[in-house]
Amino acid sequence: MIAEYGQLALTFALCISLALAIVPLYGSFKGHQTALQLGNPLSYALFLLTAFSFWALSYAFWSNDFTVVYVATNSNSLLPWYYRLTAVWGGHEGSMLLWLLTLSGWIAAVALFSRSLPLQFQGRILGVMGLIAVGFYAFVLFMSNPFMRSLPYFPVDGRDLNPLLQDFGMIIHPPMLYMGYVGFAVSFAFAIAALMGGKFDSTWARWARPWTLAAWMFLTLGIMLGSWWAYAELGWGGWWFWDPVENASFMPWLVGTALIHSLAVTEKRGTFKSWTVLLAIAAFSLSLLGAFLVRSGVLVSVHSFAADPDRGLYLLAFLLVVVGGSLLLYALRMHSVRSQARYELFSREVLLWGNNIFLLTATLVVLLGTLFPLVHKELGLGSISIGEPFFNQLFYYLVIPFALLLGLGPWVRWKQQQVQPLLKPMSLVAIATLILALGTLAATQSIQANLALLGLLLGAWVGSSAIFELLQRLQQFGSVKQGLTKLNASHFGMTLAHIGFAVLVVGVAMTKTYSVETQVRMKAGEQVELAGYQFKLVEVYPLNGPNYTGEAAELDVSYQGDYVTHLHAEKRFYTVQRTVMTEAAVHARLSRDLYVALGESLSDDSWALSLYVKPFVRWIWLGGLLMALGGLIALCDKRYRRKTAPGELKETADA
Amino acid sequence: MNPRRQKRLVAVVAFVLLLGGAIGAMLYALQQNIDLFYTPSQLIEGMGDDKIKPEIGQRLRIGGMVVKGSVRRDPNSLKVSFDLVDTGPLVTVEYEGILPDLFREGQGIVAQGVLVDEKTILASEVLAKHDEEYMPPEVAEAVKGIKHVAPKNMQSYGQPKVSEPETITPEQGKPAGQQP
Repeated sequence: MIAEYGQLALTFALCISLALAIVPLYGSFKGHQTALQLGNPLSYALFLLTAFSFWALSYAFWSNDFTVVYVATNSNSLLPWYYRLTAVWGGHEGSMLLWLLTLSGWIAAVALFSRSLPLQFQGRILGVMGLIAVGFYAFVLFMSNPFMRSLPYFPVDGRDLNPLLQDFGMIIHPPMLYMGYVGFAVSFAFAIAALMGGKFDSTWARWARPWTLAAWMFLTLGIMLGSWWAYAELGWGGWWFWDPVENASFMPWLVGTALIHSLAVTEKRGTFKSWTVLLAIAAFSLSLLGAFLVRSGVLVSVHSFAADPDRGLYLLAFLLVVVGGSLLLYALRMHSVRSQARYELFSREVLLWGNNIFLLTATLVVLLGTLFPLVHKELGLGSISIGEPFFNQLFYYLVIPFALLLGLGPWVRWKQQQVQPLLKPMSLVAIATLILALGTLAATQSIQANLALLGLLLGAWVGSSAIFELLQRLQQFGSVKQGLTKLNASHFGMTLAHIGFAVLVVGVAMTKTYSVETQVRMKAGEQVELAGYQFKLVEVYPLNGPNYTGEAAELDVSYQGDYVTHLHAEKRFYTVQRTVMTEAAVHARLSRDLYVALGESLSDDSWALSLYVKPFVRWIWLGGLLMALGGLIALCDKRYRRKTAPGELKETADA
Repeated sequence: MNPRRQKRLVAVVAFVLLLGGAIGAMLYALQQNIDLFYTPSQLIEGMGDDKIKPEIGQRLRIGGMVVKGSVRRDPNSLKVSFDLVDTGPLVTVEYEGILPDLFREGQGIVAQGVLVDEKTILASEVLAKHDEEYMPPEVAEAVKGIKHVAPKNMQSYGQPKVSEPETITPEQGKPAGQQP
């Protein structure tokens, strides 16, 4: 019965979302106070109903209710309880329910935390989010119902969760990612609500900023976890594959990054308004595009769900309605908005404009590389694939000027900056950069590699510039100690996120240059040397897990005769799904990873093994983590929680 | 022109130049990195209406079913070779390294590599999907004949012909190498 209650709750939720889409918007245009005030309780009700529905599906998984088709296809009674619960979002239907849960969660959060906003504006935001919700709730209920039963003939046991997804990274990767994707719906709703009112001021940007930052932070974490999961779970030793679905999550991230920078200009200087609105629309549209690409089956990738053209068509239509509708509104309303502020050629505004240009060009590169094969095929020109070198090459050229600008950006004042005062601090940064980069290379005893040198130079440039700038800013308060308490949190957040980017760049360049790998044929007792490390295969023995069998290999690693670590790599055969999975053994240090994946069994008792030594690979995820942390700190800035001043409130209420 | 307009013009020109340069570089890079996808019969008989065959030394992707019993391993190294098929002739793929977890005889795979002679590919990468029943979509199309053209004379007659089959069933309905 529980599953039926879940479906009932979901049906009610669809009705509530319809009400949410109509009532507050009606109230905002008619000036009907009661209708506007209904927005909050409707939002809470939507969240509670969705949470109940999600709980009902989780309960079906927990209790192994294989009469529910979705449970039967994605779970198994032998699956450990924690994977049974995460299997809830292991397939298309359940992951859509998770999507609804995050969407309703964001709606409830907006209702809860923006009570200080003018009622009319808040009502419009909730109304727009309600419209989005209607689209998604209808999609889940009518096109991918997770509560479908297969009575009276139901399977005795389930078909098991895809072994790839039986991993810790999978437990948190999708929720984080969805929080990010759906979070951009909030920025989108803010933009659309402001378009309806036709009023954009710095107050509006100050309201929209924390929500965008929050969404961006979750998306950063989600992408980073996905990369780490692919590294640990796929046994290829790579951390980014330019897989279409990775690209689908990377595009909203790039636009979202551009958006938080553009919002800063709108808040501080009152310009870039129409640009900011366009970016907010673009970020959410790209999130929807991602959903379409993943769920329509037009792409073949590790992530793609079971292909269903109808679902794809629905999502495509939804995407077109959202993009078309918002662009139409934009065209109708935006011409009346004027930016007043003036700025010179050398000013922070122009540098942030440059930041946006590079981020958007990067988005264009990813979009082109992802969609071109689709277009090519649909035109009947044959199937093609676009190689990794395409992305790598173009990002190589994009990151260099981007990082140079990034090192300069925080030093430059708004409005106008004289060159003279910057010469001294910038040359100090340049010297520090050279010392840091060459010093690191000298310490690792190799100066010839140009990619690593370039990466280190850029990373050190961005990093040391960020730190020096922070110090200088702190000193302006009298002393560093005083500054620490007075400087606002968003400045610390920015600095940390920029350092995170520097760490990421160093990690990528070092890993790309110095990683070594080999695929070898080994027997127990044999030894192979790679980058100074001796890998000795001790033994290979059979394995018996709850829902899998397989083999495990034990290796001892030593460096120049000194024992380093013991590695345990597995090759699992999941009996229900009849799939083989590689569980790589990783020994992680900040300066390098040792990575071993067990390959196939060969004749004469020998085994194929992949061995990798990957210097600085941890820095890539560390960089992502620092960026997300920077976003979190910026989010805690006091000014986002300050009550709106009465004057501002009135001004916007009149709009 | 007043200085404000002039500044704006400079900004617009800079923007257009940057954008143009970026798009040019992108298209150039794209052109360098396109790998065409072939099935074994397309590789041997040519692709499309013009029957274009790939040149020796060209980078390409090939997808097909691994022929049962065709996997040959070198006893002393990780070198391996196997045959691929869709509906017609066989091609041979040579590879050195670890095959993906889901590589199995009779299953669909995709290999990326360089054509070394008319029917041999030296693969740099072999991909198999994490799915038991996986067949690359292009191969599925080739062996199942999903993409068919309706007979042209159907419409020209006043009444529909009952005797005309509604769908065209290809002679090889099942992928080669698949056991009942």
